[in-house]
Amino acid sequence: MSKILSKDSWTEIIEALSSNWFRTVMTAFGVLWGIFILVILLAAGNGLENGIRQGFNGMATNSMFMWTQTASQPYKGLPKGRRYNFKTDDVPAIKQSVEGLQFVSPRNQLGGFRGSNNVVRGLQTGAFNVYGDYPEIIQQQPMDITSGRFINYSDIQEKRKIAIIGSGVKSALYDSGEEVIGSYIKINGVNFMVVGTYKKKGSNGDPEEMQKEIYVPFTAFSQAFNMGDIVGWMAITAKDGYSITNLKEQIFDVIKTRHTINPKDDRAVGNFDLFQEYTKLTGLFSALNFVAYFVGILVLLSGIIGISNIMLIVVKERTKEIGIRRALGATPWSIRAQILLESIFLTIVSGMAGIVLATAVLWFVNYQLDGMDTSEMMFINPSVNIGVVFIALTILIVSGLLAGLIPAQNAIKIKPVEALRTE
Amino acid sequence: MIEIKNLHKSYHMGKNSLHVLKGINFTVSEGEMVSIMGSSGSGKSTLLNILGILDEADEGTYTLDGTLIKNLNERVAARYRNKFLGFIFQSFNLINYKSALDNVAMPLYYQGVKRNIRVEKAMHYLEKVGLADWATHLPNELSGGQKQRVAIARALASDPKVLLADEPTGALDTKTSYEVMELIQGINDEGKTILIVTHEDDIAHMTKRIVNLKDGLIIDDSIVTQVRAKTNNYV
Repeated sequence: MSKILSKDSWTEIIEALSSNWFRTVMTAFGVLWGIFILVILLAAGNGLENGIRQGFNGMATNSMFMWTQTASQPYKGLPKGRRYNFKTDDVPAIKQSVEGLQFVSPRNQLGGFRGSNNVVRGLQTGAFNVYGDYPEIIQQQPMDITSGRFINYSDIQEKRKIAIIGSGVKSALYDSGEEVIGSYIKINGVNFMVVGTYKKKGSNGDPEEMQKEIYVPFTAFSQAFNMGDIVGWMAITAKDGYSITNLKEQIFDVIKTRHTINPKDDRAVGNFDLFQEYTKLTGLFSALNFVAYFVGILVLLSGIIGISNIMLIVVKERTKEIGIRRALGATPWSIRAQILLESIFLTIVSGMAGIVLATAVLWFVNYQLDGMDTSEMMFINPSVNIGVVFIALTILIVSGLLAGLIPAQNAIKIKPVEALRTE
Repeated sequence: MIEIKNLHKSYHMGKNSLHVLKGINFTVSEGEMVSIMGSSGSGKSTLLNILGILDEADEGTYTLDGTLIKNLNERVAARYRNKFLGFIFQSFNLINYKSALDNVAMPLYYQGVKRNIRVEKAMHYLEKVGLADWATHLPNELSGGQKQRVAIARALASDPKVLLADEPTGALDTKTSYEVMELIQGINDEGKTILIVTHEDDIAHMTKRIVNLKDGLIIDDSIVTQVRAKTNNYV
């Protein structure tokens, strides 16, 4: 066995393969192409996935948003078409009766897209989305706090009138260089002290609009804007290991019971299931990955069959040589090992060349992408991880072995006498 | 050195069977130089193949240097070929993508000899056949006589007990044939046992004993006076 990996066997292999350069290269090309396609396809899928995932921007994907609609069925004497609101009491009720929820954040909202001016600071005015929120919201919809702080529970308990403003708000209401923290803004006539600024990343939705938001404590919002115990909508996140898609029916049931809504009324509670959307995408990526592997491996397979074919021809051509070697004392095993090693060597070298070539192409693509602002692109950082490369290499070694198997078996079937007789 | 008793060999081709060797008995002792003659179909090549452990007899015994050659698996057969025998073929059978030196070193490679020792030994044998200057040349850069001398060097490389030559001069002109025979005679003078299959009378008479085969049987086995192949005798 030790002989197999000695310098001599390699010299033998190189000699044998280089005796017909053109054919060797042409044969190698099949495998090179196969592995190239495999790597490029996987990387492209990965790039697309990275791009889409960036759109989610670290949002807690196991989440859903829930709002009230009108009851579509009469129930217990109540008419259909009835409006209702979530109440603050609903939040602890949901937390209590549904297991596996991480965050239940009640939210209220003021203003909105193209709303009238609702925020004033000195002479400047602007129309912004104002949210009444709990501190958890930052974990459900991440944002970078660029200065100051976010809402905390003291703010909630003491109903502090503070605000965290987006960079869009800042640029609309403040001159550049002006101190923001500690200043006051007037939202619908009520003064709030700015304690923090944020910036959001991501491409989901309107990136400009996303920076034009103001966050204030939920309780302060309710009090300042006369919401009472009304909750506009909720952002609910399930714990890891639970799926919000499975839990949401339970949540709806709690709401329906508490608000006297027909349990069969599916239209009373509106929701957007982020997890479901996300799962769809993940499914898409698995499908893409599968296609990449499928196509790549099939192309690779045809390359391998090419190698196997050529090795058969090589064995046929070298019948006499093999006969001579046998007469000189080559054991069948050493002949078989040589053919197998030639095949594996050829496969691995061409496969490596394919990987290198694909890597070069990916590097170039990444280099080109690097210069661009990728925040709104659907395609980022196409790459394959080292694991995939190892898988590819394993496939190569195994397939090299398979490609050489039949030819090697043919080679040792040659009897020295018969081989030497062919003249 | 070689002892053959009642050797039988048949070839089966479909329903027909061809009885090639019909009971051969002969012995060769160490240092002998024997030629096996016979018309084509007399079974001389078959005999040589059996002697060379490239083929196996159906019946009878073959003892080589005290070792009974019988029912060997391919691995052992390969080892015996490597250890006991050196082959010289009519068509030289050099490996054409390997240099003369590498060709000569090949039996040593299969013996597992280290590369530097292999090269040294192979060089020694190339010198012996007078081709040291051609060590790096490929076979197709050599003349027929040179190729056969490389082949002889290769046959000698593993220091075998017996040299088996199958029509060693069959592809050479008379002058080169005599040169090659001179070399072979020289090797025999050093004590190596040599068996040559030939159908040329003059070549046969350059050995010390002629065995005549006909239809699978030895019809004549006689000691002859060796004719030296010195090139100057010719012309």
